[in-house]
Amino acid sequence: MDAFGPLGWLLLIAGFVAGAAAAGWLFRAGLVLVTRGELRRSLRGAPLTASFGMLVILIYLFVAVFAPLLAPYGERAVVGAQFLPWSEAHWLGTDNLGRDMASRMIYGARNTVGIALATTLLAFLLGTALGLLAAILGGWIDQGMSRIVDVFMAIPSLIFALLLLTIFGTSIVTLILVIAVIDATRVYRIARSVAQGIVVMDFIEAARLRGEGMVRLVFREILPNAMAPLVAEFGLRFCFVFLAISALSFLGLGIQPPTADWGSMVRENATLITFGDITPLLPAGAIALLTVAINFVVDWQLYRASGLKD
Amino acid sequence: MLHRLNRAGGVTRRTLLQGASAVAASGLILPAGMRAAAAEPRRGGILRVAMGHGNTGDSLDPATWDNAYVQVLSSAIHNYLTEIDTDGSLIPEIAESWEPSSDATEWTFVIRDGVTFHSGKTVTAEDVAASIDYHRGEDSTSAAKPIVEAITDIRVDGNTVIFTLEAGNADFPFIMSDYHLPIMPSSDGRIDPTSADGCGGYVLDHFEPGVEARLTRNPDYWKTHRAHFDGLVLMPIIDAAARQNALITGEVDVIDRVDTSTVHLLERAGIRIISVPGTQHYTFVMDSRADPFTDNNVRLALKYAVDRQDMVDKILSGFGVPGNDHPIGRSNRFHADELEQREFDPERARHHLREAGLDELRVSLSASDAAFGGAVDAAVLFAETAAQAGITIDVVREPSDGYWSNVWMVKPFVASYWGGRPTEDWMFSTGYAAGAPWNDGFWEHERFNELLVAARSELDEERRREMYEEMQRIVRDEGSTVIPMFANYVMAVSDAVATPDEIGANWTMDGFRAPERWWFA
Amino acid sequence: MVRVVDTPPAPTPAPGTPKGRPGIAHVWIMVGQRLALGLLTLFVVSLLIFGATELLPGDFAEAVLGQAATPETVAAIRRELGLDQPAPVRYFDWLGGVLQGDFGRSLASGNRPVADMIGNRLGNTLFLAGYAAAMAVPLALILGILAALWRNSVFDRASNSAALGAISFPEFFVAYILIFLLAQSGYFPSMARVPAGADLGERLYRAFLPALTLTLVVTAHMMRMTRAAIINLLASPYIEMARLKGMSPMRVILRHALPNAIAPIANVVAINMAYLITGVVVVEVVFVYPGLGQLMVDSVARRDIPVVQAVALIFAAAYVLLNLAADVISTLSNPRLLYPR
Repeated sequence: MDAFGPLGWLLLIAGFVAGAAAAGWLFRAGLVLVTRGELRRSLRGAPLTASFGMLVILIYLFVAVFAPLLAPYGERAVVGAQFLPWSEAHWLGTDNLGRDMASRMIYGARNTVGIALATTLLAFLLGTALGLLAAILGGWIDQGMSRIVDVFMAIPSLIFALLLLTIFGTSIVTLILVIAVIDATRVYRIARSVAQGIVVMDFIEAARLRGEGMVRLVFREILPNAMAPLVAEFGLRFCFVFLAISALSFLGLGIQPPTADWGSMVRENATLITFGDITPLLPAGAIALLTVAINFVVDWQLYRASGLKD
Repeated sequence: MLHRLNRAGGVTRRTLLQGASAVAASGLILPAGMRAAAAEPRRGGILRVAMGHGNTGDSLDPATWDNAYVQVLSSAIHNYLTEIDTDGSLIPEIAESWEPSSDATEWTFVIRDGVTFHSGKTVTAEDVAASIDYHRGEDSTSAAKPIVEAITDIRVDGNTVIFTLEAGNADFPFIMSDYHLPIMPSSDGRIDPTSADGCGGYVLDHFEPGVEARLTRNPDYWKTHRAHFDGLVLMPIIDAAARQNALITGEVDVIDRVDTSTVHLLERAGIRIISVPGTQHYTFVMDSRADPFTDNNVRLALKYAVDRQDMVDKILSGFGVPGNDHPIGRSNRFHADELEQREFDPERARHHLREAGLDELRVSLSASDAAFGGAVDAAVLFAETAAQAGITIDVVREPSDGYWSNVWMVKPFVASYWGGRPTEDWMFSTGYAAGAPWNDGFWEHERFNELLVAARSELDEERRREMYEEMQRIVRDEGSTVIPMFANYVMAVSDAVATPDEIGANWTMDGFRAPERWWFA
Repeated sequence: MVRVVDTPPAPTPAPGTPKGRPGIAHVWIMVGQRLALGLLTLFVVSLLIFGATELLPGDFAEAVLGQAATPETVAAIRRELGLDQPAPVRYFDWLGGVLQGDFGRSLASGNRPVADMIGNRLGNTLFLAGYAAAMAVPLALILGILAALWRNSVFDRASNSAALGAISFPEFFVAYILIFLLAQSGYFPSMARVPAGADLGERLYRAFLPALTLTLVVTAHMMRMTRAAIINLLASPYIEMARLKGMSPMRVILRHALPNAIAPIANVVAINMAYLITGVVVVEVVFVYPGLGQLMVDSVARRDIPVVQAVALIFAAAYVLLNLAADVISTLSNPRLLYPR
């Protein structure tokens, strides 16, 4: 890191941006070729950032699904001495126990993305359902739920997670449930306030007068109109699950070793960065890249939904 | 004189006892560290120490001391009856000399004259009696209660204190050096446990638990060749990286618990590493009452399934030595040097499994970094090597929080550690004697327990050595503890800090005495 | 979760928002109601935290003795501190004390009054939070407004990516990088511990790295929200109108869009400031800064319930008050809320 100098870094970043733009452009061109109709038209209008984001997400999903085929070694196999440098046998060297770093990164994609996806989906399912319910029913149900959520939100989430995980243990399932429940309170607030704005609109009134049932009301009238802010929230929430897990491993909770997970891998190797060793940048960079990619796509969707033309 | 005897092949009990009085009588109390040090220690400077322990719940009450931060703090503020020297031998401190009855059930300590507390009060025999008494009795809430339980009576006679024990114990003076037992001022036979008054080398000026403690040198300290710093700042820095950074950027002078995986990088930054092999060891302990660990063949299979050197290399980055499945360190007096080192041997492990009537074995191993730094990684390595012997170990990471109350001595196979004890008897009777509260393997062995009692009051040095060597062999071959490694105490200091050539191995930070023994070059 | 990333909803009117009373009086009534509600929230939080600490495995006696615990000493400690009393009795004892302004005594620190332990640390926490907020809030607002002004430009994309990149690194990792870049070269101290009696300049200097870390952590969220809130308004007809009149884009944003975007911005700022007070334990640990977060985590580990309770109440109160402030600002900024129909 030292030897590089600021100019080197600048060049590296410029190169990376150019490469990303080129990859995004090629990917968009490819997509436009294989799709047709409405989808094709919207894809053609996608900015380079968004198509780059989609490309990255696809690659991550591919790696996550095919991890056992892609990884040269097993997830937890000790294959050599500790801290081996990068080489042909070990692309990214080995970690503190002599496990292959590249394989751990690849399996890490599967575990990290899987856990984050499960957690975020659960949080959204719970938060949105209750939020919409509160907005539609109103009255004391709304008040009761909102006050309960207020109480939960008044407890700092990290401390709350610490308490709950200490009580219930730190298996992956409890980890997912605890983070999902805490996140759901945040989702609830957004879902409720967005839905409240929609519920008072005339077309909902009209639908109610038509005698539409609750289920139909939610899925046909409210959800489609509430989608944009919820999707925006999803983009960030998803990524913050990694950080939550990483912070929890900092406090000694988090994911069970020897499971490879990027958040914990950053934690395990973090001290090396203070000596200028870039090893911990790999898992941290993997998380950052995914965060940026997802939010590029989300931004594009939001922009389309906002109706701004310039 | 004492240490020379010791190096020459260990002290007999008699020479030890006489030696102590003789040294004191002739007034030749050489401060440890003086003898081999080339440079004369210099007075001056404020030593800033960052420790990897300590939290907002720390207190001045000796009954609660449970981490190295308060232990170093207390050794700076207080003195003890006896002190363990850098070579592991016992030297007098507040006790000028000591004398046992013929069966070693009654011990008379002569209290040193003219020592004062920081408050100006003179240290008396009553203070000593009250200080030890504080930890005893029905209502004691002290963590030291088990180690003073054998005392049935404490009597003051002039300037002596007489302890009566349940049974003879030749090593009793060693117990009086325990960090829980500082000498504090008393009134009406009771000490005030929250008081910061002591008779040690430094006076406590300011103590904010979890943040820092500031001390200044005790101008009236009775040891004239100890406590070289003008002042002391002790702070807990729990995060290993933050601790290292504080040292690299010159915010502190000394750190302990160096993250061994980055030591090589630290050395590059011009930092001196101090690594002391001691009695501290890491264990994987099996509940010998729970299947399948009831069968010694299963226990042996697991013992042969650990690659000890690999573990020392990877978990300790080489800062340690392989263990031999018994808890006696190489620096101990009666360490069995002849006992063959157990090696990784998957074939023998399989053999013992077959002997136990098993084709394969599947066990869960509970670990947490509360047990020792890298415990979870060590368990993962154990699982990797055991797999070669047909043993499947499922590593369960337990929460650090509550590990000692909910996992240790509760789950059947867990990671643990021992700080080690200065004497064989102390170590064995705390962790391996039948019915001992910390016998974490719930292990009982008739012959072993006979030997333990016999050796405790044995006078003959050679007989005693034979007994302890046999006990080490029994624990190694039949005990229910896998002891893969002895870990060094690893500290790092800036180049301004000078240390004696020999550094105490009984605890971290030069036996907690670094503030007394070290100086600025 | 660790970082609060809520897209803030529009202020939710408290139950029974008074109608028909104009202006400032209405705001005062709202404040009164919300404070009463806040007290109720604090009560429930204390009950929840107490219940949770009861459920934690082990208690103070076992935690303090650790490996040295024997049944007799554990029982003796429980007897001495009254931990052998049933939980409801202990809770109401505690509550009775709090109602008289007495937060009790710490179990761990030799019976020190809790208020004593917290005093200094609360000051430190507020100082660091204020410091970080003073850097982050203006930065986020300016960047957000500029990004909205030059939306979809290179500046927009670059600041957006940089902000996203910054928040996708774990906090402690950001801290380590800053230490490597700025502390090891000697520009700033790696330990933020402030010596007693330091003047303001010294304090600002020593606490710079943790404040900068937190700034990097919270800026992205506020900036993105500012940008989104403004862009959201740009499609509305009255903005279109202003633009057609030939106003400069900067003027359109500052004069017409920003005032109407204050509500969501105030909300996101409030949430982030609450985070700066309540959620920064990791940064405290890395920079050895004696704040409330570390006290809280230590006390949970020690099962020092009176301290846990007191800190939890402070955190909850901070959250309630900051949200209230945001709602007051939103109401004042919006005539329709100020003068409800």
